[in-house]
Amino acid sequence: MATSPVLPKLVGQRVKRREDPRLIQGRGTYVDDIALVGMQHIAFKRSDVAHGRIRSIDTSAAQAMDGVEGVFTGAEIAEFLAPMPIGTPFPSPDHRAVAVDTVRYGGEPVAVVVARDRYVARDAADAIVVSYDTLPAVVDLELAMTGKPTVIHPAFANNLAVALVPSGTGVSASGTVDDSAIDAAFAKAEVVISQRMVNQRLAPSAMEPRGVVAHYEPGKGTMTIWSSTQNPHILRTFIAAMTGLGQDQVRAIAPEVGGGFGAKINIYGEEYVAAAISKRLGIPVKWAEDRSEAFVATTHGRDILGYVDLAAKRDGTVLGLKLRLIADVGAYNMLLTAAIPTLTMLMANATYNIPAIRTTLTEVFTNKTPTDAYRGAGRPEATYFVERAMDILARELKMDPAELRRKNFIQPHQFPFATQMGAVYDSGDYEKALDLALKNAKWEHLKTERDAARAQGRLVGLGLAMYVEVCGIGPSASLPTGGWEHSQVTIERDGRISATTGASPHGQGNETTFAQMLADQFGVPLEHITILHGDTGVVKQGIGTFGSRSQAVGGTALHMAGAKVKTKMAKFAAALLEAHEDDLVFENGTISVKGSPASGKSFASVAGFAYRPVPLPDGLEPGLSDEAFFEPTNNTYPFGCHISMIEIDRQTGEPTLLKLVAVDDAGHLINPLIVEGQIHGGLAQGIGQAMIEEVVYNEDGQLLTGSFMDYAIARATDFPRFELDATVTPTPVNPLGAKGVGEAGTLGSTPSVVAAAVDALSEFGVKHIDMMLRPEKLWRIIKDGQKSPTRQGGRS
Amino acid sequence: MIPTPFEYSRAASLDDAIEKLRATNGDGKFLAGGHSLVPLMKLRLSEPKILIDIARIPGLSGISRKDTKIEIKAGTVHHDVASSALLREVCPVVAEAAAEIGDPQVRNRGTLGGSLAHADPAADYPAVVLALDADIHVKGPKGWRVVKAHDFFQGLLTVDLAAGEIIAGVQFTPVKSAAYAKLHQRASHFAIVGVAASLDVKNGVIQSARIGLTGASSHAIRLRNVEEAIAGKAASVSSVEAAARLAGANVQDVNSDIHASEEYRRAMIPVFAERALKRALARVS
Repeated sequence: MATSPVLPKLVGQRVKRREDPRLIQGRGTYVDDIALVGMQHIAFKRSDVAHGRIRSIDTSAAQAMDGVEGVFTGAEIAEFLAPMPIGTPFPSPDHRAVAVDTVRYGGEPVAVVVARDRYVARDAADAIVVSYDTLPAVVDLELAMTGKPTVIHPAFANNLAVALVPSGTGVSASGTVDDSAIDAAFAKAEVVISQRMVNQRLAPSAMEPRGVVAHYEPGKGTMTIWSSTQNPHILRTFIAAMTGLGQDQVRAIAPEVGGGFGAKINIYGEEYVAAAISKRLGIPVKWAEDRSEAFVATTHGRDILGYVDLAAKRDGTVLGLKLRLIADVGAYNMLLTAAIPTLTMLMANATYNIPAIRTTLTEVFTNKTPTDAYRGAGRPEATYFVERAMDILARELKMDPAELRRKNFIQPHQFPFATQMGAVYDSGDYEKALDLALKNAKWEHLKTERDAARAQGRLVGLGLAMYVEVCGIGPSASLPTGGWEHSQVTIERDGRISATTGASPHGQGNETTFAQMLADQFGVPLEHITILHGDTGVVKQGIGTFGSRSQAVGGTALHMAGAKVKTKMAKFAAALLEAHEDDLVFENGTISVKGSPASGKSFASVAGFAYRPVPLPDGLEPGLSDEAFFEPTNNTYPFGCHISMIEIDRQTGEPTLLKLVAVDDAGHLINPLIVEGQIHGGLAQGIGQAMIEEVVYNEDGQLLTGSFMDYAIARATDFPRFELDATVTPTPVNPLGAKGVGEAGTLGSTPSVVAAAVDALSEFGVKHIDMMLRPEKLWRIIKDGQKSPTRQGGRS
Repeated sequence: MIPTPFEYSRAASLDDAIEKLRATNGDGKFLAGGHSLVPLMKLRLSEPKILIDIARIPGLSGISRKDTKIEIKAGTVHHDVASSALLREVCPVVAEAAAEIGDPQVRNRGTLGGSLAHADPAADYPAVVLALDADIHVKGPKGWRVVKAHDFFQGLLTVDLAAGEIIAGVQFTPVKSAAYAKLHQRASHFAIVGVAASLDVKNGVIQSARIGLTGASSHAIRLRNVEEAIAGKAASVSSVEAAARLAGANVQDVNSDIHASEEYRRAMIPVFAERALKRALARVS
C-alpha cells in the first residue's frame, strides 16, 4: 500500500477534457448516428411564404412514390397530436406542430412525409404541392404593435403577445404601480441621456443541427426518444404528456450533442411529430435537420428593442433608469419565449446602485421564426442596454467610462444586495474586477496608444463594459420544472466510480470537471470515474443544462451524493480497519487511519467488501450507492469586465478587433482550462453579435440570411488573442462557491466592442451605433461625418 | 447533403471526361472540387442527373513554367496555388488572390478551372486572369481552343464554354508587379469588390496596365478607362491615385445586396483599385 502513487488534488487544475479525443476523432455518437431496424425517415414540407392561408395541399404525387410509407398534412397530424404546450404562464395562441390552415412564418411545417430513407423522404416532400392565399407579412416590430399591416393571431389585438408588463421601483408583486420614485429621480436629474437601441436577431447555429429518433414499442407500450437536446428530462415530461404515456413509459436520451446555445432547451414540433408518428405507425422514425432547415426551424435569439433613458447628476451619480423593452416573439410562443425578456428586466440593475428603475416589457408577434433562449438569454440584452447607456452618459459627461462605472458600483459590503428588480445578488466585488481588467489592459497606456493612432489619422477606439448575470438557475420558484439538480454516485464492486448527473452537458465538459471533484473527494484516479448523463433511463431525475447551472447546481448535487456514499464507505472501512469512521482519510487509492497510511486498505478492497460484507457491520445495508437532490436557496450572480480596442478602416468602414481583455468572476473554478474554453466560445458569440452576425428578413418576411454564405459565424481569424484573467468571489449559495460561466463571454464583450466602435468614430459626433457593425454602416457615418464634421447627436 | 438522385462516374482522362459528358445528352455536370456545384445541389438549385468526377484525372493538376509563360492546370486546388513558391516569386498576384478565397476547406478542394467555369460574380480568380491577360485552354469534342480571359466572362454565371467543353488549364506571362486587393464579405469571404491590377513599367514609366474587377457586377470585367488613363504616366503613387479615382465610373448594373448597397460597392471600386495599383507599384523592381 505504501507504494501507491501520490494523487494530486485535481479541483482547480487545468485538466484536459476527457471528452475531446472521441469528439475530435469522429468517434462520438450523435442522434443522426442512431440506426434502428425498420427505422423510417421523416421529412417536413415547409412553408415558403411568411404568412398565408393554406388553400390546398396535394400530396398525391408524394404518396405515389416508391418507398413512401405515409404522408400527413397538418390537419391529419392534428387528429392525433394536441397543440404545442409552452413552459411559461403567459397567454399563447394555438400552435400546431404542423400548420393546419394558416402558415405564420417561412419554414413552418405544412406536411410530413415518412419514407424509406432521407432521400426519398425529401423527394416526396418536394413533390407535395401547397397553394396559399398570401397574407401581408408582419415584419417591422413597431409597426406590428399598431396591428399593421395585419394581425397574425386574431385573439391577440395589435399583435401583442404581452401588452405591457411593468417592473422595478414602485411596482408591487400584485402589479400596482407607483411612479413617484422614478419620476422624482428624473425630476432632479442634471443630465438625462436617451437612446433607442436594437439588440438584433441571431441564429444560434449549433455545429450539430437538431435531430430526433422516436421508437415506440407497441408490445411494451414504451417510447424511447433520442434527441439533440440540452434537457432530456424535460423532453421526457413533455413527450409523455403529448403522447398520452406516463413518464415511467418514456425514456429520453441526449447522446453526444454538438452544441445547444440555448436553442436546444425548447421542445420542438418535430420532436412531438416524430413521437406521435412512431406511436401511430408502431415503427421507429428519424428526423435529422439540415442546415437550411436549422436557419428557419430552430428558434432564433435576441431580437429586442430597447428605449433607454438614464438620469444622472453631473458628477456621474446615476439617479434613475427607464428601460422600455419591445421583444420580437416571432410567429408563436415556444417553451420559454415569453420569459426570456423578463430576464432582461430582472438584470436592469446591472452592477450599479441605481436607486430608481422602471422597466416595461411588450412582446410582439411577427411573421418570423419564433425566438427563444440564446446563450445568455435575456441577460446580454440587459447588459447591452445598460452598458451602452452608461457609455453614452460617460461621453456626455466627458468622464472616463471606467470612472463612471466605479462611481456607481454596488459596494462589496452591500451583498447580499436586493436590487430594484427583485433579484438578490449573492456576492460581488465589481471594482476588483474592473481594476484587474484596467491593469491587464494597461488602460491608461491604451488611451495613449489610441490617441497616437488618431494623430496619424487612424480611427481607433476603446470600449469597456461591466456585466453581472443571473446563473446557477435556480430555486424551484424560478422554474416551472423546479430548479434543483440530481445526482447518484455509485462505488462499483471493483472500486471504480459511476456517477449520474441530471445536468446534460453538450460542450460544458462536465465529464471532466465532475470526475475531478469525485477524484478529490474519494482520493482515487480520475481515470477510475465515469460520469453518466443524458439518458433518463440511467439518470433517474434531472432538469438539464442551461442558464450556466450545471456546475453550480448539478455539481453541488454530485458533491452531496458523493458525501453520502463516502460516509457509508467510511463505515465499511472502519469495520475492516477496526477504527473509528471519523479518523479515516481517503487518498491515493486507499482508505487509512489518519497518520498511518501504511495500515490502510485499498479503495477497491473496501468497495468489494461493501458488496460482499461478511460479516455485515451493524446497522449497514450492503452496497455503496446514494443520491442527492440539490435545491439552491438563490441564483448566483457572476460578473466581470470586458475591454475592447477596435480599429475602423477610414476608407471602407471595415472594423478590426485589435484587443480583447476579459476579467470574469465565476467564483471558485473547478477547471480553469475548461472555464477559459467556455469564455472563448462566449466571447466569439458576443463579439460575433457586435460585429458580423445578424438575421435579416425582407419586407415579405423572407429570410435573407438562410445559409452561412450570408449569415456570418465568427472564425478564429476574426479575433486577436483573447487576454483572460479572473477574480474569485465565491458564492455563499452552494458549498462549491461556484457561480457558472457558460454564458459569461456573451455579456460584456458585445457592449464593449460597440463602445469601442463608437469611440473610434467619435470625431464624427456619433454616440451610438446599432449592431451589427456592418462596414457599409460605419462607412456612411464616416462619409456623412466628413461632409459636416461639426454635426452632433446620435444615430440609430 | 440530400440532393436529388444522381449517378456518378470518374473520368480517367480529359478525353474520357468529354466523352462521358457527351454521353449524358445534357444531363451531366463535371465535378471538380465541388465547392460551387455541391452547395447548389444541396439546395436543389442544381439537379444534375450524372456527375462526372474530373478531380483525379492524371495530369490535370499542377503549376509549371511553359517557355516564357506559367501554366496552371485546371484541377489545381487553391491551396496549391496560394502556396506555390514559383508563383510567389514570379507572379505573386495569383498566389495572394488564391490565399484569400473562402476558407481553408474551400481552398483545399476548390479548383482554378471550377472557379473560372462557374464564374461566380464575386469569385476572385476572374479578376486575376483578366489582369494577367491569361489564355484559357479549353478542350471539347471538336478539339482544343484558346480563349482570352477578356472574352471568356460574358454574363452572370455565363462564360465562353460550349456544351461539352472543359477547361484544361490557364497560361499567362508572369508579371511581378501585379497585386490583388479585396473587400471580404464576412460570411462567405467572396469579394464584395475585388481588384487585380497588373503594371508594365519601363524606365519609370507605366507602359500599360491591365485591371480586372470582380464582385461589382454580373461578371468580372476589365477597367479599361483606368488602364488607358494610367498608360504612359510616371510609375508613381500620385499617378495611380489619380487613375484609381476613375475606377468604376463606367461600370453598369452594379450589384446590391444585404452586404453592400450599389452606392457602397461603387464607392469601394476606386478604393480597392487604388490599393491593388499601389501594391502592384510597390512590386516594380
